[in-house]
Amino acid sequence: MADPMKIRATLQGDVADVRVLMAHPMETGQRKQGGQAVPLHFIQSITAQLNGKTVFSADISQAISRNPVFAFKVKGAKAGDKIVITWKDNKGETRTDETTVRAGS
Amino acid sequence: MQQTRRSVMKAGGALGLLAVLGSTLLKPGRALAAWNKGAFEAKSAIDAMKALGMSNAEDSKDIVIRAPDIAENGAVVPIDVTSNIPGTTSISVFIEKNPFPYTGTFDFSQGAVPFVHLRAKLGESTPVRVVVAAGGKFYTAAKEVKVTIGGCGG
Repeated sequence: MADPMKIRATLQGDVADVRVLMAHPMETGQRKQGGQAVPLHFIQSITAQLNGKTVFSADISQAISRNPVFAFKVKGAKAGDKIVITWKDNKGETRTDETTVRAGS
Repeated sequence: MQQTRRSVMKAGGALGLLAVLGSTLLKPGRALAAWNKGAFEAKSAIDAMKALGMSNAEDSKDIVIRAPDIAENGAVVPIDVTSNIPGTTSISVFIEKNPFPYTGTFDFSQGAVPFVHLRAKLGESTPVRVVVAAGGKFYTAAKEVKVTIGGCGG
C-alpha cells in the first residue's frame, strides 16, 4: 500500500486552492540500477471530487516528477466541503484520500 | 407480405436501439475513457497530438505558461498553466524533446478553474507545448525551458 497523499485545500474567496502530494516513484523505465533497467511504474490517472462531484481529472505519463505534486482550483467551494482524490498506477495499484476545505487566512 | 415487412421493420428498430445504447455505453466521455496508450507512446509531440485529435490547434495568446527559463534540475520542473479562453474544458501538456512528449491531459468540470500546476521531468532543453480544448476547438502555446541537468536516466 502506498503512503497516504498529503492534500491541502484552502479557500481564497469562493475558490478552493487544492494542493496534493502523492507518494510514488514514477519510474520512467529508462533509469538503470546495477545495469538493469528499472521497469515502468507510474501513476496513470487521477480524479478529484468536491462533495462527490468530479471537478478535476487527469491522465498522465511517466514524465511527471517523482512524488507528484499537483495544484488546481475549484470555484464555488465552501469551508467544510469534502475533497476526495484518487490515483491509479500502471500496475493497477490505487489510493484514495480525502480532506475538507479550510477557510483561508 | 405485410407481416414480413412488419417484422423486418421491428428487427431494424431493435438494431437501431442497440446501436444507440452501444455508442453511449462505449463513450462515457473523455474523463472515464481509457488512458490513451497511442498518444502516450508517441515519440513526437505531433504524433501524440494527432492521436488525440488535436493536430488543428491554433496559436493563442490567452494561454499562460509559467515555467522557469532555465531549470537547474530537469527532474523537477514546476509548470503552471492557466487558460483565459472561455469554455476551457481541458489542458494538455507536451514536452517536445522528451522520449515520449505527451505528459498528460487535465480535465476541468463543475466549477474547476482552468488552471493546473504540475512538476515534470525534462530530459533536455525543450519547448513545453500546451494545448487547450475549449468549445470543441483546440488552441496552443509553447514556452522554451533550458535544462542544465537532465531528468531522465541517471
